Amino acid sequence: MSILQVENLQKSFGATKVLDGISFTMEQGEVLSMIGSSGSGKTTLLRCLNFLERPDSGRILMGDEVLFDASDARTLRESEIRKKRLHFGLVFQNFNLFPQYTALQNVMLAKEHLAKERPDYKANKHRIHQEIEEQARDLLVQMGLKDRMQNHPHQLSGGQCQRVAIARALNLQPDILCFDEPTSALDPELTGEVLRVIRELADKNTTMIIVTHEMSFARDVASKVIFMDDGRICEMGTPQEVFENPQQARTKQFLSNYTSGR
Amino acid sequence: MQELLAQIAEQFPIVFRSLNTGFGQTLRLFFVTLLGAMPLGLVISFGSMSRFKPLKWLTRMVVGVIRGTPLMIQLLIFYYFPGLVLKTNIWGSGEAGRFFAASIAFIINYACYFSEIYRGGIQGIPVGQEEAGLVLGMTPMQIFFRVKLMQMIKRIVPPMSNEVITLVKDTSLARIIALQEIIWAGQAFMKGSQGISGAIWPLFFTGVYYLVWNGVMSWLLGKLEQKLDYFR
Ligand SMILES: Nc1ncnc2c1ncn2[C@@H]1O[C@H](COP(=O)(O)OP(=O)(O)O)[C@@H](O)[C@H]1O
Ligand SMILES: [Mg+2]
Repeated sequence: MSILQVENLQKSFGATKVLDGISFTMEQGEVLSMIGSSGSGKTTLLRCLNFLERPDSGRILMGDEVLFDASDARTLRESEIRKKRLHFGLVFQNFNLFPQYTALQNVMLAKEHLAKERPDYKANKHRIHQEIEEQARDLLVQMGLKDRMQNHPHQLSGGQCQRVAIARALNLQPDILCFDEPTSALDPELTGEVLRVIRELADKNTTMIIVTHEMSFARDVASKVIFMDDGRICEMGTPQEVFENPQQARTKQFLSNYTSGR
Repeated sequence: MQELLAQIAEQFPIVFRSLNTGFGQTLRLFFVTLLGAMPLGLVISFGSMSRFKPLKWLTRMVVGVIRGTPLMIQLLIFYYFPGLVLKTNIWGSGEAGRFFAASIAFIINYACYFSEIYRGGIQGIPVGQEEAGLVLGMTPMQIFFRVKLMQMIKRIVPPMSNEVITLVKDTSLARIIALQEIIWAGQAFMKGSQGISGAIWPLFFTGVYYLVWNGVMSWLLGKLEQKLDYFR
């Protein structure tokens, strides 16, 4: 069974239709690359999945739980939305790390607040806190940031910041981790280190949706590729299908612009 | 010259005691204004950012009027208006009444300036900070206190320092309603007080108090700014 099912999402900002009937599914452990020219609605789609935007219509299902149904007011309650968000993680293009906290604190903060809601928190405060810290350290080591844990974001390079942001998102163990152009704000020589950790996550069967303009990366890392155009899914398939044998004229045009552009 | 110095030396103990008393009143006005205006400013800044349009525009208009007119006029209006027009003395009599009226005028005036600083501090925080918190399952309350507040404080410390320094000097405006602050105390020796008259040096000497106090405040606020230097 699919872990994620997106059904006919629509979203307009004023008169502009930004998402025009998006439907797709994802399996556990699948990596989905999403490509498309700027303004095609990729960011808006990720923001809808993370409940930062509310779609005008459509449904989002996680397993057999209905997370969102535009026609069912019960799924729209603010208090529930907060918990539903935790099914997804989101890594932003410009990191959005909290500047006043160290790398380690950035990774731990949200988890500490969530732990306070556990019924056994009061009794095991100390142990829970230690577990959270240990887990955060492990993640940062995994991101290659062993020596950077106590640094604040302004002391880190863009690539390091983005890896902290990935660790921060991973720490909440989301079912699906979303990346919105994770390397677009980085100097070219720093994109490699970020793509490498994402690749490692893919090798560990982390379920991910990756919006990117790094075409060769999108192709290598993904099991499924979606090409977005003007708020619609123009083409969807395996990397081979989309990159080597695109069916739509728009896809061909987009890909040829890309290959000739570099 | 020597004669003048000898005279000053002789007058100094009396003048010093009197100026200290005046400066006590200056400091009281200073602290009461800060204590009142800092929280009131936050309330006003929320009003000026309200999604309820009438409240937003009303607040911004009041702030505009207060910032657009001299504090001295506001002091006079606050102090004399109730007595002249409403025929009631809401402030109470004597020095306590003057202090009460001056405090209210100062608090309202400074709260309006502070509110604009707070508003800038809050609105200047990138929206991505809030969104990052939300995506991590934090509540708006947690996001305000654990994520935004510190960034806001860091942003407002430098402009607030300017206001604090200005406030030290502005307290002298309360002289216009005869509040017995340090300028009033210094001036008294020109007209004649405690056996000293025609002495202008006490008035000049009040400047030393302002300089010292401003030095202390600048140093403290500089320290605070340094403390917040650990992030950007
Ligand atoms: N908050 C918003 N208000 C108005 N228009 C928006 C907003 N967010 C996105 N848009 C518009 O939606 C369209 C799709 O944007 P986006 O999802 O960011 O595309 P992409 O990420 O593919 O570049 C663009 O035309 C953009 O201008
Ligand atoms: Mg985008």
